[in-house]
Amino acid sequence: MTVKSTARARKKAAPGVPDNLQAGKDAPAELIQLLTPEGERVEHPDYPLAIEADELRSLYRDLVLVRRFDAEATALQRQGELGLWASLLGQEAAQVGSGRAMREKDYAFPTYREHGVAWCRGVDPLNLLGMFRGVNHGGWDPNEKNFHLYTIVIGSQTLHATGYAMGITKDSAEDAVIAYFGDGASSQGDVNEAFTFASVYNAPVVFFCQNNQWAISEPTTNQTKIPLYRRASGFGFPGVRVDGNDVLACLAVTRWALDRARNGGGPVLIEAFTYRMGAHTTSDDPTRYRAAEETESWRAKDPISRLKTYLEREGLADEDFFAAIDAESETLGLRVREGVRSMPDPDPTLIFDHVYAEPHALVTEERAEYVAYAESFEGGE
Amino acid sequence: MSKLTMSKAINEGLRNCLETDPKTLIMGEDVGKLGGVFRVTDGLQKDFGEDRVIDTPLAESGIVGTAIGLALRGYRPIVEIQFDGFVYPAFDQIVTQLAKMHARALGHVKMPITIRIPYAGGIGAVEHHSESHEAYFAHTAGLRVVTPSNPDDAYWMLRQSVESDDPVIFLEPKARYWDKAEISAAPALDLHTAKVVRSGTDLTLLAYGPMVKVCLEVAAAAEEDGRHLEVVDLRSLSPVDFDTLEASVKRTGRAIVVHEAPVFMGMGAELAARLTERCFYHLEAPVLRVGGYHAPYPPSRVEEQYLPDLDRVLDAVDRALAY
Ligand SMILES: Cc1ncc(C[n+]2csc(CCOP(=O)(O)OP(=O)(O)O)c2C)c(N)n1
Ligand SMILES: [Mg+2]
Repeated sequence: MTVKSTARARKKAAPGVPDNLQAGKDAPAELIQLLTPEGERVEHPDYPLAIEADELRSLYRDLVLVRRFDAEATALQRQGELGLWASLLGQEAAQVGSGRAMREKDYAFPTYREHGVAWCRGVDPLNLLGMFRGVNHGGWDPNEKNFHLYTIVIGSQTLHATGYAMGITKDSAEDAVIAYFGDGASSQGDVNEAFTFASVYNAPVVFFCQNNQWAISEPTTNQTKIPLYRRASGFGFPGVRVDGNDVLACLAVTRWALDRARNGGGPVLIEAFTYRMGAHTTSDDPTRYRAAEETESWRAKDPISRLKTYLEREGLADEDFFAAIDAESETLGLRVREGVRSMPDPDPTLIFDHVYAEPHALVTEERAEYVAYAESFEGGE
Repeated sequence: MSKLTMSKAINEGLRNCLETDPKTLIMGEDVGKLGGVFRVTDGLQKDFGEDRVIDTPLAESGIVGTAIGLALRGYRPIVEIQFDGFVYPAFDQIVTQLAKMHARALGHVKMPITIRIPYAGGIGAVEHHSESHEAYFAHTAGLRVVTPSNPDDAYWMLRQSVESDDPVIFLEPKARYWDKAEISAAPALDLHTAKVVRSGTDLTLLAYGPMVKVCLEVAAAAEEDGRHLEVVDLRSLSPVDFDTLEASVKRTGRAIVVHEAPVFMGMGAELAARLTERCFYHLEAPVLRVGGYHAPYPPSRVEEQYLPDLDRVLDAVDRALAY
């Protein structure tokens, strides 16, 4: 039975990644890379990237701050301040690279792990924490930064992204959309329907799949027999695999895809080949299903240290710069910590407040009932 | 058997099914090495292999749809949906295909599929992880719907569900996964029989799944005020054992249905209507309902205010007794 043979294949290769999906040392030719794990700048004929020192430094800053924010959130969960946290550790480059490729009027449709994209869009990190603390289900105005609410139901947002993109076409506008999703999500019907709609309507949407090798405890080999980016060809649009730990490659490829989309080229599937360094969420225990060596082998491909090496070697940033970023990280950590701790519990009437846009008799009645009931305790007992 | 938690009891029930019937299969997301997010399938893949305990692709419609095909081929799939809120991608397969297949084939094919779903709230989870959607399933002809309230029932009802030749929606109250109890040597009741879990004379509390425990606490508290409440655990939501319910309500003359699901169009509506028909001349008060509001399940920091609790049920008891 196939499941067994896959299991055998996994034993030969690095755990969790079959031969034909290997990145890293013997990176398959199709993996687009502009900055190697060793911090060497390489060129790719299809994705040239002219980038100034300033921009490189600011990409570095984003990567570091996003990781700092993420670490703080994990700590806050441990301290009981958050109910749950889904860490992006290891995926900073995929998120910052793609997030920075967007223009202001472009629109992002995230999963629940796109904290780095949110950062690039200018969403206040504290907004992201409300739902993980349990004070709301998102709550920010998606249209303020063109960053949609987090979507927990796997794959749903890819259709919303596609529909939004169809609207852009109808408006004859030049904006584009990114739909974020994971390797696991690639199996969902909604995602495959999104591919179909996007293709048929030539919608300006970039499908950005972070293949972080795992869907909770299931390796990507449980979801697919071919590299995910190749799925696109069956739907009639291009697919590319990019080194998801290479912020420059993610930036260049996403820029290319967004520009192609906004100029009428239709959808692109980008598979960012990366790794979930942490647990699925703070509720998860990855020691039950994956080997520590696998995680270790990906540590050598860390997205931040390769950029740091490059900046240092090329003399593009000095000690003062790195010290300043570290200081800024600490300030961010503190702001997040204090912000979360002082986040008030909502008034319970919030339950009724936004169920409908227009008055609804039943909700009105139940709200009144609830208020009267709650008041019956005040001053009593 | 010694004392088991509900999750372990279901685990043992599944183990028994896999041992006794080679046609049984477990299918779901993360049910293998991880043993499920609640560890309900812990150790089963190790002992029964990847052929029988299958980590599926992440696609609920795919899981249920292929389970239907496997059933057509003579298998007896036991499907796990990871959380209540994630059954909806499979809803089409469940409602349009699974539920109707036996009827459409005029009985020529059977659909012995059990769909296990951890449901209901109270564990401080994020969105989509706390919902009570039993009414959708109970509303669908062709599905049997059951929900245990304690480890003993969980063990035996799981086995009975898997043995059933009809599709069974098996709703597991996740807030009770860690409750411990003795597992009896044989099932005391048929899968679809309700149980009087506490006898009383003044009023009947009708509950199921997570709310049975709350209702027992209510009855204990009411006892201190000299009120003798009866508590009936429905156990089965389709079919409902109306005979047991009717007998109880005729004895007490008053009934309150308690569930986490929204009251509007919920199980309580059906129970109140039927009991009113059956017990009209015995009722001293209208059948009351305590449950969730007509609102999305709220963020966890206010779920306590949303969920029926001791005070809210006692408040309803006062109102029912005031008639
Ligand atoms: C429809 C649906 N089914 C199941 C789940 C439970 N679940 C949450 S995350 C997850 C794995 C997702 O994997 P992937 O798409 O690779 O994203 P990643 O978490 O790795 O970022 C699962 C099964 C869900 N949220 N939604
Ligand atoms: Mg993944």
